[in-house]
Amino acid sequence: MVFLTPTEWEILALSVKVSLLSVLITLPVAVGVAALLARADFFGKSVVDALVHLPLVLPPVVIGYFLLLLLGRQGPIGALLDQYLGIVVAFRWTGAAIACGIMGFPLMVRAIRLSIESIDAGLEAAARTLGASRLRVFFTIMLPLALPGVITGVLLSFARGLGEFGATITFVSNIPGETRTLPLAIYSQTQMPNGDAEAMRLSIISIVLSVLALLTSEMLVRRAQRRSHGRDA
Amino acid sequence: MRNAARMAAMLNIDVTKRLGDFSLNASFTSDSGVTALFGRSGSGKTTLVNAIAGLLRPERGVIEVDGECLYDSLRGIDVPVASRRVGYVFQEGRLFPHLTVRGNLSYGYRLTRADQRYVEFAHVVELLGLGGLLDRRPGNLSGGEKQRAAIGRALLASPRVLLMDEPLAALDQQLKAEILEYIERLHANIRIPIIYVTHAIEEIVRLADVVVIMAAGSVVTAGKVSDIMGRPELREQTGRFEGGTVIEAKVVSQDNEYGLATIAFNGGQLVIAAPDAGVGHEIRLRVRARDVSIALTRPPDISVLNVLSGRIVDIHAEGGPSANVRIDVGGVRLLARITRFSLQKLALSPGQQVYALVKAVSLDR
Repeated sequence: MVFLTPTEWEILALSVKVSLLSVLITLPVAVGVAALLARADFFGKSVVDALVHLPLVLPPVVIGYFLLLLLGRQGPIGALLDQYLGIVVAFRWTGAAIACGIMGFPLMVRAIRLSIESIDAGLEAAARTLGASRLRVFFTIMLPLALPGVITGVLLSFARGLGEFGATITFVSNIPGETRTLPLAIYSQTQMPNGDAEAMRLSIISIVLSVLALLTSEMLVRRAQRRSHGRDA
Repeated sequence: MRNAARMAAMLNIDVTKRLGDFSLNASFTSDSGVTALFGRSGSGKTTLVNAIAGLLRPERGVIEVDGECLYDSLRGIDVPVASRRVGYVFQEGRLFPHLTVRGNLSYGYRLTRADQRYVEFAHVVELLGLGGLLDRRPGNLSGGEKQRAAIGRALLASPRVLLMDEPLAALDQQLKAEILEYIERLHANIRIPIIYVTHAIEEIVRLADVVVIMAAGSVVTAGKVSDIMGRPELREQTGRFEGGTVIEAKVVSQDNEYGLATIAFNGGQLVIAAPDAGVGHEIRLRVRARDVSIALTRPPDISVLNVLSGRIVDIHAEGGPSANVRIDVGGVRLLARITRFSLQKLALSPGQQVYALVKAVSLDR
């Protein structure tokens, strides 16, 4: 597209990249936690439930600050990662993805959990009488039927990632080309004299991106729902 | 402490399970092909079947199917659901909505070890008439089609026992008849024990050999259908059957001019209106108690074709205008419902020799 400047392209690509990675790393965990919360009864379930929802109620800056403490180069986990695996996430785009992932996690778990809870548990029992192990039931019955919820969860978390600001700027700062995603770039423009026009351009990009993500997921959800309601496609 | 006879039973069930206010305490054995679990809703039929399937763990007891122990609290045996190889046909079908009929049918089939398979895919598809439905999804199937697919899915896992939990309850009369036919054909084709849960007497009389009557979580009685269904003291449970006798018999000859068949049973012969009963066929007859009258001497000129000689076993008359009289006719206990007035007038008493006049007979299979 001719309308965007190279810098704007860079910011857009970085934002999408950060959000995509955040979704990829949280999705398997979110599906597991959602299945556990929806179907299992275990000691401390309400504690797990509360922990999952924490990012929804805490100020994002607090999350970012704790991430910095834990995953910074001097932090207990960050130091280990650096020393043994050579992985550094502080002030890197991968760190931004972790921040976005944590902020989007409760949204993802909620959507998938609701979807799993709406599945008739009798179907899972039927599969087990047919000789399927619990793991097989999970992959062949529960997961396909929860697909609409999984797609919704992915979208919500992806969109949350695109808009993530507080935790990101606190944890990985605002480094052009590395951690300056769309919201951070817009914020930076508003802090500069004569930055209004650019801030507006970036905001419009942000809106278009969000609408596109929403439409895509709507389409996917509808297709998945047709399947899980058992109608011929 | 099981003796040889109990070990040999096809089904040996004895379970205890508490669920809130409800407690299941059921035990029975059965050696026959189709065992019907009969009782009102809430009598514990489904709970019992779920325990057999392993979906519910009893507190105590034994579950043995075809010589194989699936659960024994004393010996610490509790075979996991997935390894029990029970074919469970649920009341609501429970087809997997995201899979086609083919996908549903092959779900258990693919999970069964090749050396344990005794049914072939094509055979079941043909038996249940599923050929045209294979690529459809459950959401687009009618109630009867769904139930047929569910039966097929359970069968294709080559189960040791088929558990059918009111498979016809959600269907209308015409579909019921259709599926009943399939189940009968199935029973004739594939020789595995079937546990059939129902609260419809007609289905029991048509399908089952042994009936287990349940009430409030316990087994009231269990036995051969022909023994149980005529017993007046079970009227409270079998109420809708409105009392009668089930007779196992064999067609010996057919009269084409009048459309009558002669059938033989232990107590003698009966002539029934049946244009095409099929000579040599084993059939099951139902005689309603109110279609049986009693005479002290053989009536000479009478339109009733069937007059059987027998001896009164016992008489039940508790209030109301009518009385139930059981007559032993060559080992078959024929139930007659007469008025208490006639009972008195004829001065009937147990042991007395009488003639039973059978006015109507219905053919069950």
